Amino acid sequence: MVHALRGVDLDIPEGEIVVLLGASGSGKSTLLNILGGLDRPTSGTARFRDADLGAMTDAGLTRFRRDHVGFVFQFYNLMPSLTARENVELVTEIAENPMPPERALDLVGLTKRLDHFPSQLSGGEQQRVAIARAIAKQPDVLFCDEPTGALDSATGRAVLEVLNDVNAELGATVLMVTHAANIADMAHRVIRLVDGQIGQVQVNEARLKPAEIEW
Amino acid sequence: MVSPLDRKLFRDLWRIKGQAVAIVLVIATGVMLQVMMSGLVASLTETRRAYYERNNLADVFAPVVRAPDAVLARLADIPGVARVTGRAVGRALIDIPGDPVPVQSQAVGLPDSGAQVLNTVFLTAGRLPAEHHRDEALLLSGFAAAHGYVIGDRIDVTMNGSRRSIRIVGLAQSPEFLFVAAPGEMVPDPARYGVIWMRRSALAAAFDMEGAFNEALLSISRGGSEAAVIDAVDRVLKPWGGTGAYGRSDLVSDRFVTEEIDGLATMSRAVPPLFIAVAAFLLYIVVNRIVQSEREEIGLLKAFGYTNREVGAHYVKLVLLIAGAGAALGCLLGVLAGRAMIPIYTTFYNFPFLVFRPDPTAFVIGVSASIAAASAGSVFVLRRIFALTPSEAMRPPAPADYSKTVTFAGPVGRRLDQPTRIVLRGLARSPWRAMALSAGIAGGMALASGMTTIYGSFDRMMDISFSVIDRSDATVFFHTPLGEKAAFELARIPGVIAVEPFREVAATLKFGRREYRGSVSGMIADPEMTRAIDDRYAAIPLPARGLVLGEALAEILAVAPGDILTIEVTEGRQPVLEVPVTRVASTLIGAPAYMQMAALNGVMSEPGRISGARLRVDEARADEVYRHLKDMPTVAGVSVSENARASLQKLMDQGAGSARYIMGAVAFIITFGIVYNAARIAQNERSRDLASLRVMGFSKGETAFVLLGELAIITLVALPVGSLVGYALTFAIARGFSSELYQIPAYFDPFSHGFSAAFIIVAAVVSGLLVERDLNRMDLVTVLKSRD
Repeated sequence: MVHALRGVDLDIPEGEIVVLLGASGSGKSTLLNILGGLDRPTSGTARFRDADLGAMTDAGLTRFRRDHVGFVFQFYNLMPSLTARENVELVTEIAENPMPPERALDLVGLTKRLDHFPSQLSGGEQQRVAIARAIAKQPDVLFCDEPTGALDSATGRAVLEVLNDVNAELGATVLMVTHAANIADMAHRVIRLVDGQIGQVQVNEARLKPAEIEW
Repeated sequence: MVSPLDRKLFRDLWRIKGQAVAIVLVIATGVMLQVMMSGLVASLTETRRAYYERNNLADVFAPVVRAPDAVLARLADIPGVARVTGRAVGRALIDIPGDPVPVQSQAVGLPDSGAQVLNTVFLTAGRLPAEHHRDEALLLSGFAAAHGYVIGDRIDVTMNGSRRSIRIVGLAQSPEFLFVAAPGEMVPDPARYGVIWMRRSALAAAFDMEGAFNEALLSISRGGSEAAVIDAVDRVLKPWGGTGAYGRSDLVSDRFVTEEIDGLATMSRAVPPLFIAVAAFLLYIVVNRIVQSEREEIGLLKAFGYTNREVGAHYVKLVLLIAGAGAALGCLLGVLAGRAMIPIYTTFYNFPFLVFRPDPTAFVIGVSASIAAASAGSVFVLRRIFALTPSEAMRPPAPADYSKTVTFAGPVGRRLDQPTRIVLRGLARSPWRAMALSAGIAGGMALASGMTTIYGSFDRMMDISFSVIDRSDATVFFHTPLGEKAAFELARIPGVIAVEPFREVAATLKFGRREYRGSVSGMIADPEMTRAIDDRYAAIPLPARGLVLGEALAEILAVAPGDILTIEVTEGRQPVLEVPVTRVASTLIGAPAYMQMAALNGVMSEPGRISGARLRVDEARADEVYRHLKDMPTVAGVSVSENARASLQKLMDQGAGSARYIMGAVAFIITFGIVYNAARIAQNERSRDLASLRVMGFSKGETAFVLLGELAIITLVALPVGSLVGYALTFAIARGFSSELYQIPAYFDPFSHGFSAAFIIVAAVVSGLLVERDLNRMDLVTVLKSRD
């Protein structure tokens, strides 16, 4: 049996931006899935605050994702049949303590595109709707899997800017998986995964602003 | 060496195996019905032709009261006549030990010496009766088998009132008795009607036919005209009491076989295309979806230098594999089903040999039709493949455009939650696809509800016929019409509760250029036991003058109340009458024409004559009554209603009516296939959206709503539409199953429609669960990370 992760021992402090770096196959997606409540570890424990994620039922994990977690994916995964506002409402309708959808879209700078369908938005705009959708529930943790992977540098920077703001203004912990090492410069903490094990944890004393990141 | 593309092909097939199997089954069902039915048509037609030819079935049958043998020479002189022979035939009663009711049968004369000229018997066992031997006979093999008679057994037979014991020396079949039913019963039952063949002199003695015949058989030479021969024969035999010659197509046995073959032929043309069209549509949607999700691969292949044609061929192969598998399976099942149907035909039709020989053109048509229909759908898919440029294919597809669907700006729209909007916009974006799927499910609903209604129709036909129209316990037929005193004699038999006499006269009914060889039934003015009823099951009083026609007969002759029919009576003094039709009665069995008995006897100039009577019998003393009847020399036959009903039920369940079970099963299978595919299609198109919802924290139930909401709406729209179409279809199916022998009523049956709707809902739920199971297994992250 091949283990995607072995002997990972890790604490992620609340309120930080954490970047998870690693080559493909290093286990970073598996780690993200376990932390995000999409998968369970075969052994060991994963805790969110005091709750053991590994011990939760499917329904419990669903509840965890619904109440605490926001996701942003490389390919946005918007509902093509819902407008920008409706895509955000999809989440605010079921969240406990959401912000108004308009505010979420305002935070990502899309006030003027509220009633556009995904087919009428550019890639960067679609990704920003995805971020608005993820933050509208005021999540405790925001998981981003290659959020800028499909974007050009200017749009990519803008998206990172939004993530930075969300972290600063809402206090959400942001966990970003990427293979672009330069993005690590904006993180509080950088974790490198090598062959399923933690290679190095680096705490950035000085963080760069997204605009200063080299692309 | 299997090319990588072909390996991909088989993996693709494996991935969509559920849908592929469903589509293969739908195609296979269509092709199976086609191969089975046209194979049966070919086998029955060819076997009948060969049998008729080999055993010299006559072309013209000419019954006559009694004509001297010398007349045969004059018949032989008629231009166009090739061969002629005269024989003695008559009704006989066979006494089955232990059975109080004697079994009606027909006695047929064989020449005293030499071979039969026409209607040669086919010996299945034993030998012909010894020449001039008076006590030896052949017995119809189906009848012998039904009663366990073997060669050497003796049976007691009553002919023309006198009883004698005869020895069975052989078992036989004959082309003129492919389908035999007792007179007055019309339903074939090998146990309830027999045929015995004896040497002519033996029968001549019994029926007073020494040196004479009462039926002439004629064959027509090549190029001879049947109509001209029949006219000439009628002229020659008229002085001897000829009751009207008729051709092969009016031979009762041949008529029923023809009707069966025609029914099969009609169905084999109408039903299979329906299945193949449905399958082609499903196949199109499935392959279209595969192509859409493999844009990247298609682009890559093109970038590597594969031509449009090579890439297109890859997907066309997938279509052809599924269509080909369906067609091949259909051919195989068709042959098996056809072989399985053969015993039904050998049971109900006395074919000496019947081998299922599949019609080669059926294979060609079945296979080419399914492949052509499937390819027609793939043309659209190919267009899409050709249009894709490598660079475009390598970019992720733009999100589907929903901007021109529904805005939900109204007061109601604003209240809808987002999952509902997803469902509704999904429907609004591809209304044609939604309608097509809905139409498919509606078609399934129509087939299912129509077929289940027909199940009830068969029962209703039996109930109305035997509880409303005919309420007698037994019917007695006399050898010749007797005076009304005979009815009182019957009434005196201990155990007989009531007697209702009737007069039955053989006649040809004509209207314009249409005609029907049947009979006119004279009934007492206010009958209690057998009545003409209207469509509300109320008795129709018989007018003092005029005819009440059964529905089937009115349709055959195309007459309506007020029309005047010409009735050529073929017995007694053979009057020709002009009688107005006063009413059309609802009849479900046979094609009767009712008249008041007094009026009928009046025109026959035979006042007070009766042909028989219907009886109501004390159940406890029934055996006693039948034993008494068996001993009455005037009685030619007794038909017990209960037995007639059982025979009809058997025919419905095992014979011609049994196709309804196959068709019903097929209707439900195809319906499930459509619903299941609709669910799979919804899943394929939505898997990404569904994964997103799950990741966002939507529960499985909430996600299932988005997946199955569309299916639910499509299904709910389909149900009432399907129910309406099903109601209309019921009439068509009922017509298809109806024959001259019985008519299957069509009506709206709430139970059948409710049952079919429930089946479809269950099918939708089961499909939903199967799909949902896959959904729960899916790896959310992989789906989301893929580019679609």
